[in-house]
Amino acid sequence: MSEAVMHGHEHHDHHPTGWKRWLFTTNHKDIGTLYMLFSLVMFFVGGAMAMVIRAELLHPGLQYVDTQFFNSMTTLHALVMIFGVVMPGTVGFANWLIPMMIGAPDMALPRMNNWSFWILPFAFTLLLVTLFVPGGGPAGGWTMYPPLMLQTGDAMPFVIFAVHFLGASSIMGSINIIATIFNMRAPGMSFMRLPLFVWTWLITSFLLIATIPVLAGAVTMLLTDKYFGTSFFNAAGGGDPVLFQHVFWFFGHPEVYILILPAFGIVSQILPTFSRKPLFGYESMVYATASIAFLSFFVWAHHMFTVGMPLAGELFFMYATMSIAVPTGVKVFNWVSTMWRGSLTFETPMLFAISFVVLFSIGGFSGLMLGITPADFQYHDTYFVVAHFHYVLVTGAIFAMMAGVYYWLPKWTGHMYDETLGQWHFWLSTISVNVLFFPQHFLGLAGMPRRIPDYAVQFAEWNFISSIGGFVFGLSQLLFLYIIVKCIRGGEKATDRVWEGAHGLEWTLSSPPPYHTFVTPPQVTDATAHS
Amino acid sequence: MGHSKTGGGISGVLATLALLWSQTAGADYALNMTRGVTELSREFYDLHMLILWICCAIAVLVFSVMFWSIFKHRKSQGAVAAQFHHSTKAELIWTIIPIIILVGMAFPATKALVKMESTGDADMTVKITGHQWKWHYEYVDAGFGFFSVLAADSNEARALGSGKNPEEVENYLLEVDRPLVLPVGKKVRFLMTANDVIHAWWVPALGWKRDSIPGYINESWARIDEPGTYRGQCAELCGKDHGFMPIVVKAVPEDEYYAWVEEALVAQVDASAGADREWSKDELMTKGEQVYGTFCVACHQPNGQGIPPAFPALAGSVIAAGPVAEHLDRVMNGKPGTAMAAFGAQLNDVDLAAVTTYERNAFGNNAGDVVQPAAIKAARK
Ligand SMILES: [Cu+2]
Repeated sequence: MSEAVMHGHEHHDHHPTGWKRWLFTTNHKDIGTLYMLFSLVMFFVGGAMAMVIRAELLHPGLQYVDTQFFNSMTTLHALVMIFGVVMPGTVGFANWLIPMMIGAPDMALPRMNNWSFWILPFAFTLLLVTLFVPGGGPAGGWTMYPPLMLQTGDAMPFVIFAVHFLGASSIMGSINIIATIFNMRAPGMSFMRLPLFVWTWLITSFLLIATIPVLAGAVTMLLTDKYFGTSFFNAAGGGDPVLFQHVFWFFGHPEVYILILPAFGIVSQILPTFSRKPLFGYESMVYATASIAFLSFFVWAHHMFTVGMPLAGELFFMYATMSIAVPTGVKVFNWVSTMWRGSLTFETPMLFAISFVVLFSIGGFSGLMLGITPADFQYHDTYFVVAHFHYVLVTGAIFAMMAGVYYWLPKWTGHMYDETLGQWHFWLSTISVNVLFFPQHFLGLAGMPRRIPDYAVQFAEWNFISSIGGFVFGLSQLLFLYIIVKCIRGGEKATDRVWEGAHGLEWTLSSPPPYHTFVTPPQVTDATAHS
Repeated sequence: MGHSKTGGGISGVLATLALLWSQTAGADYALNMTRGVTELSREFYDLHMLILWICCAIAVLVFSVMFWSIFKHRKSQGAVAAQFHHSTKAELIWTIIPIIILVGMAFPATKALVKMESTGDADMTVKITGHQWKWHYEYVDAGFGFFSVLAADSNEARALGSGKNPEEVENYLLEVDRPLVLPVGKKVRFLMTANDVIHAWWVPALGWKRDSIPGYINESWARIDEPGTYRGQCAELCGKDHGFMPIVVKAVPEDEYYAWVEEALVAQVDASAGADREWSKDELMTKGEQVYGTFCVACHQPNGQGIPPAFPALAGSVIAAGPVAEHLDRVMNGKPGTAMAAFGAQLNDVDLAAVTTYERNAFGNNAGDVVQPAAIKAARK
C-alpha cells in the first residue's frame, strides 16, 4: 500500500451510512458498485424474458403466451439486455476502475455521477410497467420501426421517455469519463501509457455523445407522429418510413461498438496477466479501436440492405462493412500473440477471456458474412442474425464482463471468489451457450425468420436443442449470482496484487481499496504503467 | 425448402430428453442454406459457401495457434514467458493479408449484386402488397389479383391452446389458401409495397427477400428454372401475426400457367357479379362469415370477442351495434394508428356489404338490418 493511500484514508473517511450512503454517494467506488448490482438485477430480469421466449419456442405450436405478449418479450428482452445490463455493467467497470487505473482520487464530476446512476431505476420502472398498461408492452421490436411502432398502445410514451432518460444517463456518464481521463491522470500517466481498458472507454464515450442524441431525435419524431399529428415517418402524410431506419441505425451501429469496445478493454487487461507477458501491439490496439469507432459511423445501412437502396449505396455500405474486419482482425491477432510463448495459467477470468476471443471471433465471422450484401438478402432477419448478435453480445460483451467480474472481484471485495465454483460456472456457461446459439445459425440458413412465436415443424429439432441450451445457460447464471454473493460476504483474504502477473496502478492498492484512493497522485513511470 | 418427414425415428438420446422429444415425430436437422431454383439463388449460395469456407480456414489457422499456446505455453509445464510486445513486420502482414482476402471477396459479391439489380427486360410483372397479415398478388399484365392467407387448418392449429398437434398439419404454417402461380423459365419482375406496416417478402428458393414498405415500390426479379412448390414467410416483424403470413409460390410450365390465368380471370368476374342486385340476409350472412374468416378473424377472433384492449371485441360493440353509417365508415376507412385497416380499398362491394351485415348479426349482435352492396357503392362516393 502506498503512502498516498494511507494519507487519504485518514482524512476522508466520514460519509453517510445505511441507505443514505447509497442514495447520496458521490464516491466512484460506491457508484460503480451500484451500477454493477443494477446490471446484475437486470441480467436476471432480461434473462427471465429470454426463458419465456425459449419456453414458447421449445415445441412448434403456441403453448404458453399469446403472440402479442411474445413480441413484447423479444422487444423488452433486447431493451433490458442492451440498456439495462451491458451498458450499465460496463459503466460500473468504468466507475470502479478508471480512477484507480489512472491514479485519480475520483471521477471528475462526482455529483453528476450520482445523478447518472439514479436516473436508471426510474427509466427502467417506466419501461417495465408497460407490461401492465392497456394494450400491453411495446411489441414492435427494440428497433422500434414505424409504422408498426406507431400501433403501440399506451406503452409508447413510456418507452420513449425511458429511452430519453437512459440516453441522458449515458451522455452524463460519458462526459464524466472523458473529463476524468483528460484532466485527472496522475503525473507521468501519458495517453500512450493508459491501460487499454481506459482507452476503450474513452473512445466509447465519444461514440455515445455522438449517437445518443440521434436516437433521442428518432424516438421523439415517433412520439410526435403518434400524438401530435406530424408525418415524419407516415407515407400517407408525405413522410418516409425508411428515414427512421437510417436515423436509428446511424445510432444503432455505433451502439454495437459502445457495447463491445469496453469488453475489448477488459479482455486486453486480463490476457496479459494470465499469460505473464505484456499485451502484444499496444499501439496498434489503440489505433485499431479508434478505427473501428470511426468506421462505425459509415456502415449503418448494412442493417437494412433489403429496404431497396440504390446499387451504389449497397456497394458503399458493403465495402465499408467489410473494411471493419481489418482492425477487428488486428485485435484478435494481437490477443493470440499476447498468449503466444507466455506462461499461461487458467483461472476463471482467463477461461472467460479465452472463450471470449474464440466465440466473439465466430460472431465476427458471421458478421462479415452478413456484410456481403447479396448473401445478406438470404440471411437478413433470420435466426442466422440472431445467432450472430448473440455470439457478439453474450459470448462477447457478457463473457468479457464475467471475466472482468472474476478478475477484479477480489480487488473490490478483498476476498477471493470460490475458484472451483468459478470453473464450474465457466464450463456450464460456455457449453450451454453454444448449445443455445450455435444451432440458430442452422435455423436461419434453413429459412426460419426471427421474431416469430411459432414455426414450421422442420425447425422443431434445432429449436428444441436451442431451448434446452437456453435453460441450462439461464440456470447456470444462478451459480454466478451465488459465487458473487459468497465472495462479497467473505472468503480467503485477497492480496494487494491478487494475480501473480497483474500490472497497473489498481493492483498497488490494498484489497479492498480504502474508500478514497490516490488523494496524493502517484508518480507513473514506464515500469509502473500498463503491463 | 425442407419438409417434415413422417415416421422418421430419433434414436438414442438420453431417456429424459427422448421423453421431452416425443412431440417431435420426424427429424429434420437442416444445416445449410438452400441452393434454390434461380440463377440468383445459386449465385448467392455459391457466394455464401465461398465466404463460409474462407472464414473457416482463417478460424482454423488462428485458433490452432491459440490452442498450441494453450497446450504448450502453460506455466504448469514450466513455460517461461517471453517478453516481446510488438513486431511491426507481423502487424503489417496481418493487416495486409486480410485486405487482400477482402478485396478478393468483394469481386464476386459486386458481380452478384449488379445482377440482382438488373430488373429490366422482364416477361411479366407481379405486384406484391403486404397487409397485416396476408399478401395480395396482382398480375399486372393479366389484370387480376387476389389475397393469399394462411391455410385454414394451420390457422386453427396455431391458436394458443388449440390442442392440435402441428406435426399432424400438412405444411404447418407454410400453406396458403391461394398460392402465387408463376411460369417457369420466364423473367418475372416483382414490385413490392405495403398497405399498413413494413413486411418483407421472402422465398429462400428464389434467393432473396425484399421489404414491402408503405409508400415505396421496391423491385426485384426471379426466373424459376424448375416446376415445383416453394415456400417462404414474411421476414420483417409486422405485428402480432407476423409469423402467420406465409408465401407459397407454385411454379408451373408456361402452358399450364396460361390455362390457370384464364380460369382465374373467369373466377374474378364471377366474384364481383351480383353487386347490382338485392341480396337476401341469409346470402349476406353466409358470404359475410367467409369474408370475416379471411380478413377479420385474426384480430377480432372467431367468437367476435377480440383480444382487448389492443383488438376490441365486436360482440356487443357500440360500433357494430350502432348506426350503419359509422360501422361502414370504420370497416371501409379503418382506424388510423391501430392495426384496423381501411378495407374499402381491399374488398369489393359485395364482400363489404356481406361482412358488415355479418358483424351486425353475429356473436349475439342483433341489429337485424342488412347492408346491401348498393349501400357500399353509395358510401364510396
Ligand atoms: Cu408481414
